[in-house]
Amino acid sequence: MSIIENHKTDGQPFSENPKLKARDVRVFYGEKQAIFDVSLDIGANEVIALIGPSGCGKSTFLRCLNRMNDTIDICRIEGEILLDDENIYAPKMDVVPLRARVGMVFQKPNPFPKSIYDNVAYGPRIHGLVHHRDELDEVVEKSLQRAGLWNEVKDRLHAPGTGLSGGQQQRLCIARTIAVDPEVILMDEPCSALDPIATAKIEELIDELRENYTIAIVTHSMQQAARVSQRTAYFHLGQLIEVNPTDLVFTTPEHTLTEAYITGRFG
Amino acid sequence: MTFSYLLLILAVFCIAAFLIGKGRARTMASTSTLSSLPSHYGSMLALWTCLPPLLLMLIWGLVDDPVIDSLVTANLPAAVVEHGSTAVQLAISKVHNLANGADLQDDPTLAPAVLHLVELQARNQLISSGVIIALALAGFALTLGRLVPQRNARNEVEGIIKGLLFASSGIAVLTTIGILSSVLFEAWQFFGKVNVFDFLFGTVWSPQVALRADQSGSSGSFGAIPLFTGTLLISVIAMAIAVPIGLMAAIYLSEYATPRIRNYAKPALEILAGIPTVVYGFFAALTVAPILRDAGAGIGLDVSSESAMAAGLVMGVMIIPFVSSLSDDVINSVPQSLRDGSYGLGATRSETIRQVVLPAALPGIVGAVMLAVSRAIGETMIVAMAAGLAANLTANPLESVTTVTVQIVTLLVGDQEFDSPKTLAAFALGLVLFLVTLCLNFVALKVVQKYREQYD
Repeated sequence: MSIIENHKTDGQPFSENPKLKARDVRVFYGEKQAIFDVSLDIGANEVIALIGPSGCGKSTFLRCLNRMNDTIDICRIEGEILLDDENIYAPKMDVVPLRARVGMVFQKPNPFPKSIYDNVAYGPRIHGLVHHRDELDEVVEKSLQRAGLWNEVKDRLHAPGTGLSGGQQQRLCIARTIAVDPEVILMDEPCSALDPIATAKIEELIDELRENYTIAIVTHSMQQAARVSQRTAYFHLGQLIEVNPTDLVFTTPEHTLTEAYITGRFG
Repeated sequence: MTFSYLLLILAVFCIAAFLIGKGRARTMASTSTLSSLPSHYGSMLALWTCLPPLLLMLIWGLVDDPVIDSLVTANLPAAVVEHGSTAVQLAISKVHNLANGADLQDDPTLAPAVLHLVELQARNQLISSGVIIALALAGFALTLGRLVPQRNARNEVEGIIKGLLFASSGIAVLTTIGILSSVLFEAWQFFGKVNVFDFLFGTVWSPQVALRADQSGSSGSFGAIPLFTGTLLISVIAMAIAVPIGLMAAIYLSEYATPRIRNYAKPALEILAGIPTVVYGFFAALTVAPILRDAGAGIGLDVSSESAMAAGLVMGVMIIPFVSSLSDDVINSVPQSLRDGSYGLGATRSETIRQVVLPAALPGIVGAVMLAVSRAIGETMIVAMAAGLAANLTANPLESVTTVTVQIVTLLVGDQEFDSPKTLAAFALGLVLFLVTLCLNFVALKVVQKYREQYD
């Protein structure tokens, strides 16, 4: 199954009410090209799932959306990514407020070596979002509640965040991201290190968060993509093969590669 | 047969036993199922052949000389024995020298003793070689005789290896105990002559005592407070230089520097650690101290030409690589995922370093700083050359001070008699130094544990 040069994405990569617009995004690691001319809209208040075999570039693409790839020296990005029609790769763009607007949850839960409270308060503190202790308390409580963790930790807010279970740590990381009140949340395989019960809780949470946030989630689990997302984008060897409403992708995929992947012929 | 020949024979035995054991196990394997690999049987046979004789050799080597000496002593001429134990010791060492072929003045009274010694030594060598080889053969025969497929050679070999490793770690512990007890013993003698409280809390250090009755010397004063404050003063100055600079250098190297710069800067910084301390010493005494004195004179300060400041500054520079290199390793080992998490929330680089990376690396950094403190307290050469020998009780870094280690050196250098308070004081100082470093290590360990529990 070979890749067609300059493949045009099948399906509906564009959205009526886009929050983020990627246009002809190409990513290079040194000499090696990792992403080939990807154009994709992420609509406001939708959950879009990015799926594909390992090494297909879905995580790389996700990390372009809040310029996390800036931390990798050899990584170079071409094309445009617009957040509310503003190019985030424009020279005058400041990544600090950008990352406050586009938050990120990582594959492995990575709570800071601080207390639960300080983990959540970290973002609001560095961005100067609050001015009084009471306000901060309120933000912390609200974020933990939204992340569905409040009842489990309200009695030990000052215990270290690293002492929580894996699922709780991941929800703490989500609470930490929510606390800076972002517009978009990027999730890079947020459940791959968690057991099924913790996974179910996170998925439930993603569904609730959709009301207020735009979410892009990279996942290896097609069941998860089917459960949480409205649209699904299938990546293959750095190309965006197909984007369609999730139920269409999993019932009648347009492209043979997509079909091969979701029916488990490779990946 | 000498010691080295004996070792060679044992080595040959060892290899032979291994091959024989392996071969025998292979033969057994053709008729029945073995519980271990053939090489395990070989190793087991080799270990049982060589270990007991080696152990015996070690013990024999420790006890044979005293035994021979006491036998020779028993046969010394009565004329020598009459003169007391010192004369006997002298005679014994003379006998040894004569037996080794030294051409001393002929001493006919000792001739029979010399012959006796030579004979005893020859007999000792013969007996020891015989016994050791016999033991090796016995071990070999006994093990080979009971080399049956059911015997679990794998577990047995593992057990012996565990024992060997335990013994190795035991040697380190025993050495520490040995050093400590020797220091304790000498310090005990010192405290028999000088009051403990006078030593620990006295403010005048002047260890000169009259060696002979006709010498005009003071009775000596052993108040160690000026030494402690001197050590403290210099260490504080050194740490005030080394910790901030070292830590910031480590942060730059691990977080900001490009790989290219890092590849040059890190080795360059570590060269500092390779400079001999005596070179630092004359750098401090001949370059830094005059600069400080001139600078002080320029602004109307009276700076002694040998000052705590000069020694402390240079010592701080010497310690920088300890702090920076260790901290750099620790900071590098903080997982990238933590940094990503912080960047992902929109934190800047310095916010991430201050609030996420450094707290995560703190246990290691504390360890690095504690190592640097121990190094500063133990450093002798720079202080001896740049801070002087005068035991001034002062907190003024521009005056000359002295430290515990420097005083230990000056007390023990040259011809000394080992029962005067002056020399024994060195051991008391050593004991205090040991206890202080022990406490520091203990505190450091506690700090590290506390944060580790919290953050792991």
